[in-house]
Amino acid sequence: MTAPKTDVFTDETRERAREIIARYPEGKQRSALLPMLHLVQSVEGYVSPNGVAFCAEQLGLTKAQVGAVATFYTMYKRRPTGDYLVSVCTNTMCNVLGGQAVYDELSQALGVGHDETTEDGKITLEHAECLAACDYGPVLTVNYDFFDGVTPEGALQLAADLKSGKRPMPTRGARLCTLKEMSLQLAGFADEREGAVADGPAGDATLRGLRLAQEHGISPAGFDINTPIPTPSKEAAK
Amino acid sequence: MTTPSKAVLEKLTPVLTKRWLSPDAWRLDVYERLDGYAALRKALAVHPDDLIALIKDSGLRGRGGAGFPTGLKWGFIPQNDGKPHYLVVNADEGEPGTCKDLPLMTHDPHSLVEGVIIASYAIRANRAYIYIRGEAVHAARRLRHAVQEAYKAGYLGKNILGTGYDLDLVVHSGAGAYICGEETALLDSLEGFRGQPRLRPPFPATHGLYASPTVVNNVGTIASVPYIVLGGAAWWKTMGTEKSSGPMIYSLSGRIKNPGQYECSMGITLRELIELAGGMQDGHQLRFWTPGGSSTPLLAAEHIDTAMDFESVAAAGSILGTTATQIFSDQDCPVYATYRWLEFYHHESCGKCTPCREGNYWMVRVYRRILSGEGTLEDLDTLLDTAGNILGRSFCGLGDGATSSVTSSLQYFKQDYLDYIEGRTAPKLSAAALAGAH
Repeated sequence: MTAPKTDVFTDETRERAREIIARYPEGKQRSALLPMLHLVQSVEGYVSPNGVAFCAEQLGLTKAQVGAVATFYTMYKRRPTGDYLVSVCTNTMCNVLGGQAVYDELSQALGVGHDETTEDGKITLEHAECLAACDYGPVLTVNYDFFDGVTPEGALQLAADLKSGKRPMPTRGARLCTLKEMSLQLAGFADEREGAVADGPAGDATLRGLRLAQEHGISPAGFDINTPIPTPSKEAAK
Repeated sequence: MTTPSKAVLEKLTPVLTKRWLSPDAWRLDVYERLDGYAALRKALAVHPDDLIALIKDSGLRGRGGAGFPTGLKWGFIPQNDGKPHYLVVNADEGEPGTCKDLPLMTHDPHSLVEGVIIASYAIRANRAYIYIRGEAVHAARRLRHAVQEAYKAGYLGKNILGTGYDLDLVVHSGAGAYICGEETALLDSLEGFRGQPRLRPPFPATHGLYASPTVVNNVGTIASVPYIVLGGAAWWKTMGTEKSSGPMIYSLSGRIKNPGQYECSMGITLRELIELAGGMQDGHQLRFWTPGGSSTPLLAAEHIDTAMDFESVAAAGSILGTTATQIFSDQDCPVYATYRWLEFYHHESCGKCTPCREGNYWMVRVYRRILSGEGTLEDLDTLLDTAGNILGRSFCGLGDGATSSVTSSLQYFKQDYLDYIEGRTAPKLSAAALAGAH
């Protein structure tokens, strides 16, 4: 076994590590560990022994301390990943609405199981727990951007598109990027792609209650932004 | 589609959700045109204690599930203690069924940022963190953008709006762990450790982040603050009930015609919510539902008229939770639903305490056996016994929550279990699911 090498991380990555550490109070640099792990994943596509060693070196921790944290969290991958992480929600609601069938068919078509990557290195498949979009179920995400109301056929087409180099637009969220690019955003760096932050209109389900209220002219009565704030502290001072 | 009756429509109270209709409200200039940062100016002009008093007066209760009075929580922070104080926003939305905080942060991120500044000023914190679920990437993009804009405009950083008040705000992405929605696990995670809950006491109010006084509040709680500052406590209390004041975002999913987010006066009933959502889907009849996520005991069709406020849902034997209202029909199986939730709790158990780690592991296996047609009557006792040994004996609420659907589904739908065990229902899982089981 060869010793982990941290020279795979460039000066740019080291500069970013310093930026991350500077976000936290003096002496509390361990708080930077989660974003640092996202950072090393953005370079290598997973948290490798090199990545663990790099985090340990930057934060003054042991590799065991870093490894214990890295292995706890689902989003840190322990093997090389594909460009696109396809996560299918199979928690109860999406499951009964058809999410399990979506996962099963994708798994069969791609020839990979949970947390496995296709041979061409394009897609890593996983079944995910609740992705907080139950009103759009069943959902899947590609690098954590949403494709809503998916069917097995739709998911198979999506996978075929991704494998052929296309980047279909998510139903909500920004245009797709690679998992490495996404991991850099998770490390706390702005999405620099022109227009990406503006992508993704609110979906119909999100707005349903609001549109109903608007249609019928309903809003809570008596809202006056000039209502004074009572100042009991002044009374007490008197 | 039938239109809901006027009486039901009038229970809609768009407050926190209102700006979502303006497609660019996530931009600072649009937010400012829609009353944005007006509350901050008002708040910074009064003494912090007056803000705590205002929030106490409003009766605002935490929107993250527990419903703890927010003003009281803020008031627990010791003042003049010479320690740094912290505000930490719990944006780790992950309770199955819950989907209210992500749209809020995506479509109206500045309302959360503004709430953070006001709350931090009230508790005298100069640093605040938003711990956002890792998977919530688009919400995080918008939120980070909003924070950047707020710094540039002088709403964050040094000497905010010339008042001498300083605040730094960091958006910190998690990495995929449901347990980090538990406030002390969240704090451990934010400190760079595994997200495992801490023993309480001491509570975060005195020993929170970096062992300093810390308020941990949910996204919806903090985003409510600017509206209370603008409209006043009395206005806030015109919505909801006496003990559960204000509007609440009800997240409706499942077998209804129009799933989605419905912000209503607290205390609306499920019957009324279903009416707002266009009724049940054709061919589906309400059979069971969660009032506030999978950690809240299931309720049955007979509870359709329960008022969805903290007290009434508790009186019906469940918990209001996050108002994640998942609606299941006669075509859904409560045994299978519970099994899938348990798989979730088993996966998400942090492993720190034995009842939760081992109990969920074994309950999943018992469910697999029942759903494969291999169950025995004794299995039902085993489930109740195991659940009873997790509830109240776990380190944190995750363990308690895991037992909710087990005991409630056995209470209301025991016949469904018996039908699998006695061969009247065809097995839902193949024997392969038992592979590796002991």
